[in-house]
Amino acid sequence: MSTDATLSFEEAMEKYDPVLGFEVHVELNTKTKMFSSAPNVFGDEPNTNVNEVDLGMPGVLPVVNRTAIESSIKIGLALNCKIAESCTFARKQYFYPDTPKNFQTSQYEDPIAYDGYLDIELSDGTIFRVEIERAHMEEDAGKLTHMGGSAGRIQGADFSLVDYNRSGVPLVEIVTKPIEGAGSRAPELAKAYVAAVREIVKNLGVSDAKMERGNVRCDANVSLRPHGRERFGIRSETKNVNSLRAVEHAVRYEIQRHAAVLDSGEPVVQETRHWHEDTRTTTSGRAKSDADDYRYFPEPDLVPIVASREWVEELRATLPEPPAARRKRLQADWGYSDLEFRDVVNAGVMDEIEETIAAGASATVARKWWMGEIVGRAKNADVDPGQLGVQPATIVELNRLVEDGKINNKMATEVLDGVLAGEGTPAEIVEKRGLAVVSDDGPLLEAIDAALAAQPDVAEKIRGGKLQAIGAIVGGVMKATRGQADAARVRELILEKLGVEG
Amino acid sequence: MTDTNELIRLSAAQLAEKLRAGEVTSVEVTQAFLDRIAAVDGGERGVNAFLHVNTEEALAVAAEVDAIRAAGGAAAEELNELAGVPIAVKDLIVTIGQPTTAGSKILEGWHSPYDATVVKRLRAAKMPILGKTNLDEFAMGSSTEHSAYGPTRNPWDLDRIPGGSGGGSAAAVAAFEAPLALGTDTGGSIRQPGAVTGTVGVKPTYGSVSRYGAIAMASSLDQIGPVSRTVLDSALLHHVIGGHDPFDSTSLPDPLDDLVAAARVGNVEGLRVGIIKELHGEGFQAGVENRFNDSLELLKEAGAEIVEVSCPNFQYALGAYYLIMPSEASSNLAKFDGVRYGLRVLPEDGPMTIERVMGATRAAGFGDEVKRRIILGTYALSAGYYDAYYGSAQKVRTLVQRDFDAAFTVADVLISPTAPTTAFKLGEKLNDPLAMYLNDIATIPANLAGVPGLTLPGGLADEDGLPVGIQLLAPARQDARLYRVGAVLESLLEAKWGGPLLAQAPELAPSIETQEAK
Amino acid sequence: MAAINRDDVAHLAQLAHIEMNAEELDRMAGELAVIVDSVKSVSEAAGDDVPRTSHPIPLTNVFREDVVGHTFTAEQALSGAPDSDENRFKVPAILDEA
Ligand SMILES: [Mg+2]
Ligand SMILES: [Zn+2]
Repeated sequence: MSTDATLSFEEAMEKYDPVLGFEVHVELNTKTKMFSSAPNVFGDEPNTNVNEVDLGMPGVLPVVNRTAIESSIKIGLALNCKIAESCTFARKQYFYPDTPKNFQTSQYEDPIAYDGYLDIELSDGTIFRVEIERAHMEEDAGKLTHMGGSAGRIQGADFSLVDYNRSGVPLVEIVTKPIEGAGSRAPELAKAYVAAVREIVKNLGVSDAKMERGNVRCDANVSLRPHGRERFGIRSETKNVNSLRAVEHAVRYEIQRHAAVLDSGEPVVQETRHWHEDTRTTTSGRAKSDADDYRYFPEPDLVPIVASREWVEELRATLPEPPAARRKRLQADWGYSDLEFRDVVNAGVMDEIEETIAAGASATVARKWWMGEIVGRAKNADVDPGQLGVQPATIVELNRLVEDGKINNKMATEVLDGVLAGEGTPAEIVEKRGLAVVSDDGPLLEAIDAALAAQPDVAEKIRGGKLQAIGAIVGGVMKATRGQADAARVRELILEKLGVEG
Repeated sequence: MTDTNELIRLSAAQLAEKLRAGEVTSVEVTQAFLDRIAAVDGGERGVNAFLHVNTEEALAVAAEVDAIRAAGGAAAEELNELAGVPIAVKDLIVTIGQPTTAGSKILEGWHSPYDATVVKRLRAAKMPILGKTNLDEFAMGSSTEHSAYGPTRNPWDLDRIPGGSGGGSAAAVAAFEAPLALGTDTGGSIRQPGAVTGTVGVKPTYGSVSRYGAIAMASSLDQIGPVSRTVLDSALLHHVIGGHDPFDSTSLPDPLDDLVAAARVGNVEGLRVGIIKELHGEGFQAGVENRFNDSLELLKEAGAEIVEVSCPNFQYALGAYYLIMPSEASSNLAKFDGVRYGLRVLPEDGPMTIERVMGATRAAGFGDEVKRRIILGTYALSAGYYDAYYGSAQKVRTLVQRDFDAAFTVADVLISPTAPTTAFKLGEKLNDPLAMYLNDIATIPANLAGVPGLTLPGGLADEDGLPVGIQLLAPARQDARLYRVGAVLESLLEAKWGGPLLAQAPELAPSIETQEAK
Repeated sequence: MAAINRDDVAHLAQLAHIEMNAEELDRMAGELAVIVDSVKSVSEAAGDDVPRTSHPIPLTNVFREDVVGHTFTAEQALSGAPDSDENRFKVPAILDEA
């Protein structure tokens, strides 16, 4: 495979202005498919979540899933779109073996939602408005597995196998208007936009929103134009970029590739590109032979959907708080600084902290545990923090044990590891492992006196204001108490004894 | 016991009556029709109405009905009126346990894993299914010559066409191989075969009978309907198969009218019958025109008022139909690609990609008429032509509907000859698609507008002694009106003839090779 | 409206995935020309003010509740398949680059 020339991102930005566009496909988490009553379930045995409709058998007819319509309207509303008073389905015709009827039932002239926008917050707090052209309903295709040749790629495969379990899964395709003016923030904006869409559909409860499972898939359009020119350049469409990181990288790469093509004086080819995570590059996708002419026409087997204003308002009333408003409210409620809050958001533990607070922890305690302990462990385990297995109740209990002076912070982290290892509840682990702090100050004061006496020079430094020296004394006390003492309490007592402000 | 030769000539209503009275068993009835099929359907000069005969299952269902009747009690009481009366099913309608070919090589040997809704309803009514009937490939044609399995012959003259696409269902009923059959009508495929075989056929209001399981040709035009020898029999069958189906989004939610009562009551006193100016006269065979006038005369005598209506936009109906039908068909037939079911043909040379396999499969699996319509439809939908062709044709639909609306303000039913000619000779129009298409000139407007239409035999044309069909049309959802008027006209005509028209059909001689073959 | 020539038919046949040889293309072009000519009056029949009818009997909002119904076993699903492997439908290579 030949590799394309690229320009450095900085040089590309000096010369060109990127214009972006996104088509994000969201798989709805309805119980059944868009047009058939077969289950919408991920990962089962091939060709078992299908009936005659999903296989495009002769004689079958589609019937629309009401819940899928409601989910689509909710998505439209959350994207600040207008909801069509009346809309229809259309057939988009192309032959491909994963498409059982050789047409996709989609929407064409009149999508269910149109003319919306999303305000995207970038990492420095800048708000960038992305305008939404439309959100339309359609059905997913089956899954092709390419056999023979190398690594499951379509190129060089000897044959392919088709599983139609995914065929007919409801999709909402969200299409942006051309996004201008992002400049060098384009890759970051791309990632933030897709993240925002994912957050919205997850909050709405209409999608499982797992990118790694393809619940949210992004096609990214990129074109460049010289600075100052109004007319758009020729775009490429990079298909199925399926992680947030990949979205950022793919946009960045395409900007660099386009810049090199334009610099060479050649025109950019309007085509689909495939993203390769391994090499972090795109390659040219073969143009589908029918791509120039989908022969759309109104689906004669389905009747129009009329969304009465009452129905739309009923659905609007069920919408959760918009993500931006929710963030603002949570930050104010929790009293986090901008930086603290942004770290929480970037670490992906905002929901978890909210749940932990709801379970009874303070905002400070919740942040301390999630940001201080759990995020790091999740990173090591290569999973989302929320997926690590820590329940809000666990944190509340751990914290109570510390506050009651039953264990110290060091022990608490040990107990957390025990919980993650499946040894039981924090209380059980404290019991089993024989962990308990020495809580009576009497023995502690004795040990502190002994430690201060043993290191008079250190005691002097602390008195002189060198607080960082206190560790040596605390260490001595902990050693004497075989780690059973509450280090924070020891520190307090030392400072008290020496008459120093902490 | 009734003589089998008499038995097969009874109407479905009469058979049902005898079954209820215990004068005959369903096994005897079913066997009589199976014997008739064996006698006249096969061989070189056979009718060839059936593509598949469902002997064992039909007899098993018949035996089941007989057992229920013999046992008596609630189960016997609850039996459908047509329980035990056998039926033939057009091979465009999918059935578990029997092959479904759509008359095409591309589906040869395919067995559906599901039943069409109408088939489920036949099974629920415990009607033995005799088998699957021949048709133009994917219902595309007006002569049944476009079947991949050889043409069906007209029982009135074995050298002539039985009409199409449902020539198999019409011929089976006309040849006394079945008392009833199911057809599908997209542009006249129930009514035109009915006309040329001297049988009754009804295209119900669009949405009145579920399309689920009828292999689609043109989704916005297709309707399943009854084929029979009497108007009452069609009403009885319509009652079994009709009514709302949640599997068909275009199925009407309305409850079915009492169609059977309408056929039994029959009354035309004070009825306004509209002659459609554009659907008779020029282009219509003289003998057809004469028999049409006979029917008008009889209706007038019976107290109906005859009025003339004009439907000026009908002149565009054929053109609109030949844009909408192939457009939808080109899309509906895309699924036949050699991937999931049916034929797969590998290209003879060159790269063996799935694209090429699809292309080779469809080239080998589809006949000329199907290819013609797919290409025409692909053209009509393609970029740059959509508005002029498909879009304009949909506007013509609106105009045709408006013509009907206007006509139904001055007439309760409309009347016309069903087909412009009697049955033509096999092969006569095979190489002239346009001439073939003109056969549907009088039936197509009803499909475009979704209104119901019924054909019944109107007598024999003077010049060739072949059956002529009379078409009645009613406003959408007024199917009952067709049965009421149709039953009256039928009884008036039969009184004039001294019996059913089919009694005048020539006797079909069982051929020796037929009997050896079966 | 332009007449249909052989190249047009070749393009349409490609869109429709029906392989045709030169003789078939010629014949089809001739037949289509006649048919298209006979239907062309349709485009002049109705003015801009005439709405399109796509369903003869208009209905709206026909929905199914989101309740799981029947499914096939893999065996049933594949029962008519020309070729299959590992409970999946087997198709020749999609790209021509063996
Ligand atoms: Mg798209
Ligand atoms: Zn899409």
